[in-house]
Amino acid sequence: MFLRMSKRLGITLFSIAAVIVITFALTRILPGDTAEYFAGPAATKEAIQEVRVKLGLDKPKYQQFIRYVQDLSRGDFGQSLTTGQPVIRDLTSRLPASAELTLAGLIVSILIAIPLGVLAAVKEGSFIDHISRVVATAGVSLPVFFTGLLLSYFFYFKLGWAPSPLGRLDIIYSAPPQVTGFYLIDSLIAGDFEIFWAALKQLILPAATLAIFSLAPITRMTRASMLAVLSSDFVRTARASGLSTRKVILAYAFRNALLPVITTLGMVFSFLLGANVLVEKVFAWPGIGSYAVEALIASDFAPVQGFVLVMAVMYVLLNLMIDLLYGVIDPRVRMAA
Amino acid sequence: MKRRDFLKSAGALAASTALTAPAVFSPAKAQSRAETLLIVSEGGPNNIDIHGVGTNVPGYEVAWNCYSRLISHDMKKLPNGVEYYDKDKFTPELAEDMKIGDMSATFKLRKDATFHDGTKITAKDVKWSLDRAVTVGGFPTFQMRAGSLEKREQFVVVDDHTVRVDFLRKDKLTIPDLAVVVPVVMHSELVKKHATEKDPWGLDYTKQNIAGGGPYNVAKWTPGTEVIFERNENYKLGPLPKTKRIVWRIVPSAGNRRALLERGDADISYELPNKDFVELKESGKLNIVSTPFSNGIQYLGMNVTKPPFDNLKVRQAVAYAVPYQKIVDAVLYGLAGKVYGAPANKETEVAWPQPTKYNTDIAKAKKLMEEAGYKDGFETTLSFDLNFAGVNEPTCVLIQESLAQIGIKTTINKVPGANWRTELNKKVMPLYVNVFSGWLDYPEYFFRWCYHGSNSIFNTMSYQSKEMDKFIDGARDAAAIGDKATYEKDVKGMVDLAFADIPRIPLFQPYSNVAMQKNVSGYQYWFHRRLDYRNLAKG
Repeated sequence: MFLRMSKRLGITLFSIAAVIVITFALTRILPGDTAEYFAGPAATKEAIQEVRVKLGLDKPKYQQFIRYVQDLSRGDFGQSLTTGQPVIRDLTSRLPASAELTLAGLIVSILIAIPLGVLAAVKEGSFIDHISRVVATAGVSLPVFFTGLLLSYFFYFKLGWAPSPLGRLDIIYSAPPQVTGFYLIDSLIAGDFEIFWAALKQLILPAATLAIFSLAPITRMTRASMLAVLSSDFVRTARASGLSTRKVILAYAFRNALLPVITTLGMVFSFLLGANVLVEKVFAWPGIGSYAVEALIASDFAPVQGFVLVMAVMYVLLNLMIDLLYGVIDPRVRMAA
Repeated sequence: MKRRDFLKSAGALAASTALTAPAVFSPAKAQSRAETLLIVSEGGPNNIDIHGVGTNVPGYEVAWNCYSRLISHDMKKLPNGVEYYDKDKFTPELAEDMKIGDMSATFKLRKDATFHDGTKITAKDVKWSLDRAVTVGGFPTFQMRAGSLEKREQFVVVDDHTVRVDFLRKDKLTIPDLAVVVPVVMHSELVKKHATEKDPWGLDYTKQNIAGGGPYNVAKWTPGTEVIFERNENYKLGPLPKTKRIVWRIVPSAGNRRALLERGDADISYELPNKDFVELKESGKLNIVSTPFSNGIQYLGMNVTKPPFDNLKVRQAVAYAVPYQKIVDAVLYGLAGKVYGAPANKETEVAWPQPTKYNTDIAKAKKLMEEAGYKDGFETTLSFDLNFAGVNEPTCVLIQESLAQIGIKTTINKVPGANWRTELNKKVMPLYVNVFSGWLDYPEYFFRWCYHGSNSIFNTMSYQSKEMDKFIDGARDAAAIGDKATYEKDVKGMVDLAFADIPRIPLFQPYSNVAMQKNVSGYQYWFHRRLDYRNLAKG
């Protein structure tokens, strides 16, 4: 077990190192000149050169890289030119926003998708199976920005039920004191229910948008996996032994079917974090995805590098977590280790 | 409990919940919403110091509203009722009096002016700030140079409340250049406290903090999300600003900005697509103000150093092939100024921009192509900046269609925003669409950037003409000594030459579009095209 873990960690560190090198190289290969972009619309050649020297972009690439790694080792991700802040501060303030939104979307999605998938498998070919197929296909075929705009059009613009799509809080409120960065949790810690309610209202539409998008993979995976398990020998044995259908499905079949579903959840979570970009744009959500895209458009290297690095670390941690979860759910994995 | 009592208590309970329920929106907050103006726009500032490295255009808006300058401009009313800055009239801001001598200008400062923290503004702050502007490099220094403000020795402290600006040379643009966004007056002691050896001008501090005495102060800034402004309650340099609190939220989706306006949740927005502006205007629910960019033109440029565009006949052919009216109608929905098709006998004006005498005339264009020796046409690329794709892309498609009729096959090249400036600077794109507008509204200022042989980055065509240089230099010198006759002759000369040689074809004069609720008043158009908050009021 320990050997396996340390081996895994070794591979992890190696991939993070590779990510650092590759993002550095990629951002430098990108066309576009940071200095020219930031020298402003009316800059002379000398003005551009001055900006370049100030940003240290006049140095050879390998020196820039050494400086970058040195800064990283001190926890300094550099400065973002688009927001004018240290990248690390931007990331720490924006990552919770994205994570809160993604988690909320994922939870809503799980609450709908897993029961739907199980039902569809149990009653294969029935009405509910078709419904689940239609819902999943429709959800995944609609681009997220479209679903987002559509929801915002109906529930905000037409019906006026949802609050204005102005990010995490309406303008009359200010953010609760930061503990976790999740407004829902922070407001409860501060005991401010008014803010909790306001933040929750802002969260509903974007989270629903993400949930609709991620319904498909979870439903389909749950259904497929349940079907496979339901037709296996041990389920037949359980049934033959006279266990109640409920017990067979929930205690035996479902638990065994969960493994591939967990893997899918991990993947869905990570791609939602990425797919967030569009939802963030539509709902003016100050998240990490729109941050990275804006930086990329302005060929602002530091935030892009920081973003990719943080995402890489999160992927790695997520995979680690899923591996550990396997062990909890399926004893065979523990035994094999 | 008797039934009657029960009903009573239930009633009381209902009443008390009825009273407490609205507390979710506490009255204090509803009150603050009424005194708050909500602005929504696509992008926000990256730096709130106009002297900073790479401060973006939204950053100018913060600097404009949170700092004061020695002088500013008066307002005049356009025929359509829009308040418009008067480029010829200056009004005192920090200076209560300005005396312009032969080779210097003396400013007497107001004695009651203070910074946001209450410290008195004195002459040494003014000198330090102007020194900073001409020294830090990059855009601010460059802008100061445009008005011949180049050296620190030019700014002299006479006494605590008097500053003299010495002229390096006679230049009509020196005084106007003191009223643009750049020459802000900063709290020198405060900034110096945060300065380091590596950063002698304290740029790291002012990047995130306001150190000024303008009508507003930044209460909170969350980059990429919002900026919250509070009124400077001790503002002495003019009337007290009308709105207590201004919240500027960044809403990237244009559709949502429109929805926010139509629902009445946002008070002001700009940077909406032209189509939305026109529809909003027609719906009549909002107040839409469209004002032409002062001294600005969107144009089709041609690289005159290489064939085929080194050939005058080819350039003229292109100028006759451009579908001007279609672009204004289909791309801009009519929200643009016409800069083509002046009658043949119309005399050139002493003004910029003004219409060319070109019209869409495919037959004439074909004939010119034949004369130029390109009977069978040629192939080229037509480039544009993706950052402004909303306008640029359809414009380019229309031009592409038209040029195909005279045998010019174009491939459209979409250049990402970050890359656009690099491409412009290389000066190799054969054909491209671009926009330029100058803060200082003088023809010779525009021409110096765009047509002069000194080949600035905006002379994107690499146009070189001794005759043109003579007109431009002549106009500047004539303006400096007030020689009106020569000035007018030279301005007419440069306009005529620019249209005859036609290295760049004016397409239209863009409009600055602002949409606001009917109860919002006090909008003013400024040369920087951003909002001035001082007069904005609600209700």
